Amino acid sequence: MLELVNIFVKGIFIENMIFAYFLGMCSYLAVSKTVKTGVGLGAAVIFVLGITVPVNYLIENYVLKEGALFWLDDSFASIDLSFLSFIMFIAVIASIVQLVEMAVEKFAPALYGALGIFLPLIAVNCSILGGALFMQERQYSSIAEATSFGLGSGVGWFLAIVAIAAIREKIKYSNVPPALRGLGITFIITGLMGVAFMAFMGIEL
Amino acid sequence: MSTEVKEASAAAVKEPSEPLFSKKNRLLLTDPLNDSNPITVQVLGICSALAITVQVKQAVVMSLSVLAVMIGGNLIISLLRNIIPSRIRIIVQLVVVASLVILVDQVLKAYVYDVSKALSVFVGLIITNCIIMGRLEAFALANKPWPSVLDAIGNAAGYAWILIAVAVVRELLGSGTLLGFKLIPDAFFEFGYMNNNMMILPPMALITVGIIIWIQRSKNTALIEEN
Repeated sequence: MLELVNIFVKGIFIENMIFAYFLGMCSYLAVSKTVKTGVGLGAAVIFVLGITVPVNYLIENYVLKEGALFWLDDSFASIDLSFLSFIMFIAVIASIVQLVEMAVEKFAPALYGALGIFLPLIAVNCSILGGALFMQERQYSSIAEATSFGLGSGVGWFLAIVAIAAIREKIKYSNVPPALRGLGITFIITGLMGVAFMAFMGIEL
Repeated sequence: MSTEVKEASAAAVKEPSEPLFSKKNRLLLTDPLNDSNPITVQVLGICSALAITVQVKQAVVMSLSVLAVMIGGNLIISLLRNIIPSRIRIIVQLVVVASLVILVDQVLKAYVYDVSKALSVFVGLIITNCIIMGRLEAFALANKPWPSVLDAIGNAAGYAWILIAVAVVRELLGSGTLLGFKLIPDAFFEFGYMNNNMMILPPMALITVGIIIWIQRSKNTALIEEN
């Protein structure tokens, strides 16, 4: 149990998707103009990462990995399909995003109203595919660990986008040098936030 | 319907008269280098631009991979543009790009294994690199194959020069080398010069890009945003 909590906390702070790996920067920069949209996209990312990472974990361990097809027949045990992982992961992500969108629209119209326009964007958010690829690289030992990693990095992404959106709302009132306005200052602030987040790197979990 | 036919026939008549490197086509190549640079102006493809710029070698390999995937993707999507139903175009694009990235990944693993290890997940992330999807959506879906290829080359070059510029700054100041060759003489270190280890850490990539944007926009004032 403690192991799961560790992976979760690590995903939020130490291996933060934005500050340590720059994943999902494009939507992070584009959708962080106001806190409200930031919260919407952040919540959608937590949701989708929490679902796609465990699903991709199952695909990785029961279809793609060398010897993963043992459950079909012994003769399949030597097959290694791991070169197909990119295309499998992205197909799984795109279809799950579509399914999630339909399910949310049907069963939780209020949530759909809040997340609606962000869900399709997420299929091409690097942090989702990045989550799947990191899960593959780090070889988590159970589906619970993979889920906790997915949720943790989702929450980390959420924190980052809400924080930058709040700063950008305030920065409207500051006198930024003209050439730095908008994109430039956002980069520099994110860099400074990254420096602050590096304080967590020393923590061993 | 009739206007469509007329337009199509007009295009068919006009096509042979347009030279391979007409003014419009040249603009497709040069515009992304500055005025519509994919990274600093269109804000596409940031993730990879920041993460793999610790060393120039990685940045060069990454730029070449993106160039290859972009040319292939733009060409294929542009050839298929009249067949793809618009409702499933995203998934078609993803499949085309993912197959190209698998090819690139296998080539990298075969010929430059150490770089491929260092790039780790970022080769796979070319699939979701918004620069590729963005150009497919914005250009290849609506244009003929040849301009699409030019657009791909132009944007990949615009992406590459920022990537390499950031990598040069970070490698030179961070490790005192360029492409692995030592540039800062030993005498400097004897006088107390130190490599700035900060430059190797992730946050400095963001700040370096921020400064490049600052320089670019103070030269090119048309790009300045409203606050």
